[in-house]
Amino acid sequence: MTITINGKKTVLPENEGRTIHSLLEELDVSQRLYVTVELNGEIQERDAFETTPVAPGDAVEFLHFMGGGC
Amino acid sequence: MALTDSQIERYSRHIILKEVGGKGQQKLLNSKVLIIGAGGLGAPIALYLAAAGIGTIGIADADSVDLSNLQRQVIHFTPDIGKPKVISAKEKIQAINPDVQVRTYQQWVSAANIMELISQYDFVVDGTDNFAAKFLINDACVLAGKPYSHGGILQFVGQTITVLPGESTCYRCIFPTPPPKDAIPTCSQAGVIGVLPGVIGSIQATEAIKFLLGKGKLLAGRMLTYDALEMKFRDVTINRNPNCPICGENPTITQVRDELELLTVCDLEKP
Ligand SMILES: [Zn+2]
Repeated sequence: MTITINGKKTVLPENEGRTIHSLLEELDVSQRLYVTVELNGEIQERDAFETTPVAPGDAVEFLHFMGGGC
Repeated sequence: MALTDSQIERYSRHIILKEVGGKGQQKLLNSKVLIIGAGGLGAPIALYLAAAGIGTIGIADADSVDLSNLQRQVIHFTPDIGKPKVISAKEKIQAINPDVQVRTYQQWVSAANIMELISQYDFVVDGTDNFAAKFLINDACVLAGKPYSHGGILQFVGQTITVLPGESTCYRCIFPTPPPKDAIPTCSQAGVIGVLPGVIGSIQATEAIKFLLGKGKLLAGRMLTYDALEMKFRDVTINRNPNCPICGENPTITQVRDELELLTVCDLEKP
């Protein structure tokens, strides 16, 4: 299946049970425990990551904390 | 007050722009911008806002100039080592442009002082280096209805978004709560390429100027990320979050508070 990750079309193995939670692990996303996830333009609740499915054609954005400025 | 001959010459490249003109330049000269943090981001922000003729620039930072700052904090020079950053910044601003009135605040922003501080300005620019300050600035600006520019950098990557409280996505819409202390490295722990704050800070200064002029399309409702290694800019649309703890449908934050548990190494010198 193909999903768009941070603006880039990405081919992933077929997996009907893929959730935001499993996708974060699968891609080994940095700041996995804190990263904000936007799915098709909507920010997702962290509490629901394990139950929110990611389907073919979805667009996912990972938004990372950047605390610097110094 | 009309522009003087020397102001007409100084700002001629602005005045010739139809989006600015004499009127827009007057607006800038009558504007007040508060820059919080006189470090990597604050340096280009202050230099460009000074050159642009922002009439009043406030600058808040409790820190003094350190040798390790000079790789990126271009408003501070080698002879400034040991000097309070706000004084060093004020000297450069006034040398660039005597039209600018500078107000210095040699202190960290806190729940106790931030509301009063931002109330005196038209626009606020976040150039701070820690999450406690970034969340505090967001909360204060949202509660006060004060537009501001957020900026964050780390290593080779930066992000910035302009927040129009009540109208556009705020920092807590994206990040409802701060990360646990030490979960995300700081620049002093993980490093930062010296030109990175130059890019992000210059964008933040651009947003301040556009806001004051009322021209163009602000970086509101979308976050710009910049990756210097890939040399890529991305612009991600982010809608307001109905569950945002401060600007959502049922806000739980109704006043500013300090995130004391979040203070990072940079704050250890706090008086
Ligand atoms: Zn919000």
